[in-house]
Amino acid sequence: MRVSCRINGEQREADGVWPGESLLYLLRERLGLPGAKNACEQGECGSCTVYLDGLPVCACLVASGQAQGREVVAVEGLSGPDGTLDRVQRAFLEAGAVQCGFCTPGLIVAVHDLLARVPAPADPDIREALAGNLCRCTGYEKIMEAVRLAAAAPPSAPGAMPVPAPGGPR
Amino acid sequence: MDFLSPTSWAEALAAKAAYPEAVPIAGGTDVMVELNFDRRRPPALLDLTRIGELVEWGTDGGLLRVGAGVTYRRIIAELGDRMPGLAMAARTVGSPQIRNRGTVGGNLGSASPAGDALPPLLAAGGLVELASVRGVRRLPVAEFFTGPKRSVRAPDELIAAFLLPMERGRHQFAKIGTRNAMVIAVCSFALALRPATGEVGTGIGSAGPTPLRAVDAERFLAGELPWQTGAGLPDPLIRRFGELVVAAAAPIDDVRGSAAYRRHALSVLARRTLVWAWEEYRREGP
Repeated sequence: MRVSCRINGEQREADGVWPGESLLYLLRERLGLPGAKNACEQGECGSCTVYLDGLPVCACLVASGQAQGREVVAVEGLSGPDGTLDRVQRAFLEAGAVQCGFCTPGLIVAVHDLLARVPAPADPDIREALAGNLCRCTGYEKIMEAVRLAAAAPPSAPGAMPVPAPGGPR
Repeated sequence: MDFLSPTSWAEALAAKAAYPEAVPIAGGTDVMVELNFDRRRPPALLDLTRIGELVEWGTDGGLLRVGAGVTYRRIIAELGDRMPGLAMAARTVGSPQIRNRGTVGGNLGSASPAGDALPPLLAAGGLVELASVRGVRRLPVAEFFTGPKRSVRAPDELIAAFLLPMERGRHQFAKIGTRNAMVIAVCSFALALRPATGEVGTGIGSAGPTPLRAVDAERFLAGELPWQTGAGLPDPLIRRFGELVVAAAAPIDDVRGSAAYRRHALSVLARRTLVWAWEEYRREGP
């Protein structure tokens, strides 16, 4: 089947899509967007977290056909076209919240969403928001620091693409 | 594999009638795992995420009717005050990413004994609404499940909604898991006190082939609770309730826990939720 949707602000199309394949496969293998990572394929690790119509979801649990006509923003879409990083991305770098980096894209999207909903999150808010993102190397402390740092930074990096508010068929 | 993408409920029912083997998919939190791991290759997927009727909720007589496609996220945000027990359970489902997609309709459709939304639906005396081109039927949630991952849903039927009585009862839910988030229940328990009618509802999760009610425990408690005086509960009453809940369960030993542990944990959950709900009733009234 053919699937067309907006991805990171750009209209994209893919042909020959097997209807049972995930949005994650579509992004990585068909559209060459390797930001969302493929780890557990069962919604446990959060490494493939992307925005779908403004809500963070596990791309591995969305059938590609379900993304038809929807708006997807993956981690690549959070930085500006000139490469300007979003404040969450900068904070992860500054805090050293990146070790192997595999969980980072999913965490960035989850934190980006948290700060959009809760501008000054307390630690329990952060822990709850990140409960769906597993990391096997940082020990999470640096990640916590990165979220606090990002929350203290001005809201959005210039040029970064705004994520649409949740709406439509929720 | 075919991908059916109806945009109206009538179209979806027609599609299910014409193609009964098509697997309904909404949030995908169960179906996609099976596809990703090659455990299932259905001939077709029936996407239910473009049907406006399924994501609506409203009142129907004395009942609150919630479309099967309403996500856990929305149950918490929009229905927390009307369905406190279900909202409590919804908060324990997966992660924000999962709650943004997963639906109570999907939980019913999967009919797993561990479905977090199911004990609160049982406790609250919920109904499930099934529809097909042949018509619509409503039945108590307690009559919906027939075994692990099995239900009375006919091949041409889809789950349209669930319904709960509109009552300001005292509802509680508690769950045992190996961590605080992202965990499937080792066992769970939901309790509903209905001061208006002097009734009690229960729901047991992950401790039997289906989610279960503890009917004897409900009758016992309804008869013994000092509804009028709102007095504190004597310890033997609380303990007896826990024992009767355990007697209704039929747990097995599996990877998540032993049957003996589940029985013990259930008695603790039953006692805790009873004390929480009763204290709330004493403090705030019916």
